[in-house]
Amino acid sequence: MFNNNTLTCNIHTHFNLERAVRKNSRLPNLHNFGIHLRILLIVNLLAVLAAMLLSKEISEFFPLLAELSAVIQPIILMSMLSLYVLYPLLSKLNYWLGILVILLLELVISATVVVFLTRYFSFEAVSSPIRASVMAGVVTAIVLYYFYLQQRAYSPAIAEARLQALQARIRPHFLFNSINAVLSLIRSQPKRAESALEDMADLFRVLMAENRDLVPISQEIALCRQYLNIESLRLESRLNVTWQIDDMPPEALIPPLILQPLLENAVYHGIEPMPEGGEIVVAISTKHKELHINISNPYAPENDHHNGNKMALKNINERLKLHFDLEASLKSEAKNNRYNVHIRLPYEAK
Amino acid sequence: MSQILKILIADDEAPARNRLRDLLGDIENISIVAEAKNGKEALDFAAESKPDLMLLDIRMPLMDGLETAQHAQKLEPKPNIIFTTAYDVYAIKAFDLNAIDYLLKPIRLERLQTALDKAHALQPKQIEALRPLQKMRTHLSIHERGRVILVPINEIVYLRAELKYVTVRTVEREYLLEESLTNLETEFSEQFLRLHRNCLVASQYIAGYEKRADENNDAQWHALLKGVPETIAISRRQQHLVRQH
Repeated sequence: MFNNNTLTCNIHTHFNLERAVRKNSRLPNLHNFGIHLRILLIVNLLAVLAAMLLSKEISEFFPLLAELSAVIQPIILMSMLSLYVLYPLLSKLNYWLGILVILLLELVISATVVVFLTRYFSFEAVSSPIRASVMAGVVTAIVLYYFYLQQRAYSPAIAEARLQALQARIRPHFLFNSINAVLSLIRSQPKRAESALEDMADLFRVLMAENRDLVPISQEIALCRQYLNIESLRLESRLNVTWQIDDMPPEALIPPLILQPLLENAVYHGIEPMPEGGEIVVAISTKHKELHINISNPYAPENDHHNGNKMALKNINERLKLHFDLEASLKSEAKNNRYNVHIRLPYEAK
Repeated sequence: MSQILKILIADDEAPARNRLRDLLGDIENISIVAEAKNGKEALDFAAESKPDLMLLDIRMPLMDGLETAQHAQKLEPKPNIIFTTAYDVYAIKAFDLNAIDYLLKPIRLERLQTALDKAHALQPKQIEALRPLQKMRTHLSIHERGRVILVPINEIVYLRAELKYVTVRTVEREYLLEESLTNLETEFSEQFLRLHRNCLVASQYIAGYEKRADENNDAQWHALLKGVPETIAISRRQQHLVRQH
């Protein structure tokens, strides 16, 4: 029953995704230099490939490539020029109509160029105008398909799916140790056990929810405090947290579960390996329309564990990038026996 | 009348120790002789209280349970070992493969009871299996006149191979260790340099280098060390290290 549900759900999302991508497909921006560079590169690579196929010996390869180029370069130049000029019109058309117009345009240009070359430069024609048109059509289709795939890879719908996959995961170490700590309280301090379980329930509700929308930072901080309550059950006086958040605008929006995993890291790598524990400092402030979050924890190089830490940071960084692109950044460094993580993101409010 | 089983508990988290104490309280014929907050403390307490069994948490500050178990092999009498852990994929895999006793937290009374009944001392092969789970030891354990002395790695100036032993030199004194220099070199390659065929020197204790004439009047490089008067001759093959310095 449960399995069936998830399966249909997956198929459903997948179907929606496909449809969304198709609906939002757009022609590549033909006023962009990079796009033209790519067109040049792809077509010329295909020409090299064709020359390799046609030449029987190496000595034949370069003359053949030169011959092909003499025909192909004028076609590309003409095409790029006309596409550049026509782009404002093309971009107003429906995607598929635009594709059709471009294909027709290429057929006409290539046929014309071949006819022109044979007539006025008495070229030993590489091909008939019709054969040239067909080949130009195929190459155009390949280039357009490449741009379609490229766009798909960067589309918001795909980004959404990636965001879901990157969802913060619960560290099993934390789960089982917390349950163990709560168990130890049940006999002696049942009241504390109760509130600890309530905190855990709240925390896991958020961890397991679909967290796609930005949330006010005050909400994330409330969650962090609940998380730290649970951790202080087992770490007791070893865990000290200082909040420097007087300058923080509580309504600032951030992606959910950005702070909590960082605190979990700080506890795991900074507090647990220290026999006397230590202090985690969280400082949040705004500057120039940007929100700055600093988290630092004690650090001893000899306690450096595996790559778990890097994984979590990479994950958060990727989520920041998906939400804010270049406007957000995450940096981390170890300095003076402290490990610092600094996040910068645009200050947005509801 | 069965004998009383003497147990030592080691876990850095008080609630975890409380929970174990609660559970052990429900089991007959046992007594908790010591509770430690880390591996180092566990070994200190064990030397005094001579437990039959050590319940060692894997992840502890200062010295983890895996290293503690290795040093505990030098205790007399050798205690049985059961590891406890909340979650540690690699360790659990290795425990299963090598029939090493362990308990998963949260621990159940019945599982604890069974584990106590069948607990046994670690075999040399099992100790070997634990080695790769750790990056490196934080201490060397030295058996001296019936006691186990722990020497922190970062207090060691150099390690020199003698006929049957390795001399461990700290600023204060020397110890004799029964291990091979080659193994020590592999394990501590990050902190120690092999300056001579028979000598590993901690790079943090190297104060500088000096050229001296040897008995044949040939030039010979020596490493000067912080905190100890003697110097270490550098073999020709290792002289490129001086240049890198």
